Amino acid sequence: MKGAATAQAQEWRLALPLALFFALFFVAPLLLLIWISFQADRQMTGSLGLAQYAAFLADRLNLQVLIDTLLLGAKATLLCLIGGYPLAWLYTRVSARLQALLIFLIILPIITSVVVRTFAWIVILGRRGMVNEAIMALGLSSQPLHLLFSETGIVIVLTQVQMPLMVLPLITALQRIDPNLTSASLALGAGAWRTFFKITLPLSLPGVIAGIILAYTACVSAFVTQSLIGGSRLLYMPMLIFQQAMDLQNWPFAAAASMLFTISVLLIVGLLVALSRSRAARLYG
Amino acid sequence: MRTSIDWEALSLKAVFGLIALVTLFVLVAPTLVILVLSFTGEEALQFPPASYSLRWYLALIDANELRDAFIISIKVAAITTLVSVVLAVAAALAIARSRSAFARALETLFMSPLILPALAFGFATLMMFSLAGLRPSIMTLSIGHVVVCVPFVLRTTLASLAQLDPALIDCSTSLGASLAYTFRRITLPLISRGIISGGFIAFMASFDNVPVSLFLQDTRTQVLPIYLWDIIQNQLDSRAASACGVIVIMTIILMVTMERVAGLSRFMK
Repeated sequence: MKGAATAQAQEWRLALPLALFFALFFVAPLLLLIWISFQADRQMTGSLGLAQYAAFLADRLNLQVLIDTLLLGAKATLLCLIGGYPLAWLYTRVSARLQALLIFLIILPIITSVVVRTFAWIVILGRRGMVNEAIMALGLSSQPLHLLFSETGIVIVLTQVQMPLMVLPLITALQRIDPNLTSASLALGAGAWRTFFKITLPLSLPGVIAGIILAYTACVSAFVTQSLIGGSRLLYMPMLIFQQAMDLQNWPFAAAASMLFTISVLLIVGLLVALSRSRAARLYG
Repeated sequence: MRTSIDWEALSLKAVFGLIALVTLFVLVAPTLVILVLSFTGEEALQFPPASYSLRWYLALIDANELRDAFIISIKVAAITTLVSVVLAVAAALAIARSRSAFARALETLFMSPLILPALAFGFATLMMFSLAGLRPSIMTLSIGHVVVCVPFVLRTTLASLAQLDPALIDCSTSLGASLAYTFRRITLPLISRGIISGGFIAFMASFDNVPVSLFLQDTRTQVLPIYLWDIIQNQLDSRAASACGVIVIMTIILMVTMERVAGLSRFMK
């Protein structure tokens, strides 16, 4: 018994190196970020205040960038869910060999570099790209559409780039559902759609929420996709922070913008977590 | 007797099946486009290319800046993976079996870089290093990368530890094996697939990282994804296509290998 207790005590110490590393290089920088965001003036003379936050929030343009970014994430995440749920559903209904192939195709994009994937989309969505050629060949439009450098384009690309983050937790959630429950529902006379909306979907909600959180946080901070597909005309929070920090060297303002952006994202994540807890409480008592 | 068709079940299967296939097509298409495009024989990037050749792959041989960026990225990814694996595996061993609130809080802390906007973290780290008088180097890049890559290794290692039967450890120690010996001969072999998978994901995440590298690199230590981002944004050089082709081929080969060696896909779910 005593041996087990010492073993436990020794095991504890194994977390220390990482805890120390995180304290130094994760927690400390974030604390510094908070402190600098409260600097009253740009030269960081030491006087503290809410001047940077006020400056950000007072400018309608900045506020619009923040709202645009949060909405962009919501649109792309919704599209991920609509496209990803059926794919996860399909995965749970095919043979093991097909599953192996499917999971490979789902994971490949997430392992492949984001720059590479976004580059492919520039060629696909360009004025003389595949999509426009197809649209014009089908006679849907006489002019090439401006997909590149448009919000629609960014939403499409973000959906593809972040899709695996949505599909993977959905697969896990769907595999956990007891197949007897759907069989029982069908045997008792509920149709396939009703069974889906009353049994499968509610039981897979933990996976839905996990997928939404992962895809949403990735979409709003997807610097590469936003800047390459959006070009210089569309501005989102990551690029705004980067420009303020590096091009204008305005650290306090960039820090306040980072804080507002991070807090907004964390609030949304917190809301989703609370939502999933309340749903789980209602489902499982 | 009349055979009735369950139209409702059929309609659900049709709708879900159709959307799933469209999603799958959209997921795979960009990778195929890059592979085909990288063999273009033309000056301008157009899909499908009018002719095919290896000229842009051959052009990579003299692309010195590209090669330098590639080497820096590989170095940073290797250091990041090594440090992440050592730190995260040790931490996973400490918190996996504990039910205490403190252990859960630590786990949340270690996983939080996944959720926080990486760009804000990169900027915060830049300010700290800069105030401490540290200039951008491979070391500063690696430190930043370790923080964002640790969650991947931690997650896969915790997943494989959860499947490890604690009785095996108890057996080994009660039969007189030391903790170190037990770890080396029992625990490590049983969780190695999780560690390898996590290490691989961390390597690829570091190799691909832009938001943190943006702040922690300088012109001497430019990493590959930022170099590519730059040439795609500014000149759309056709060498970008062959460089992306190389990355795609390398990724596919590594992924197939990792699937064989460590059952990678089980740890991604």
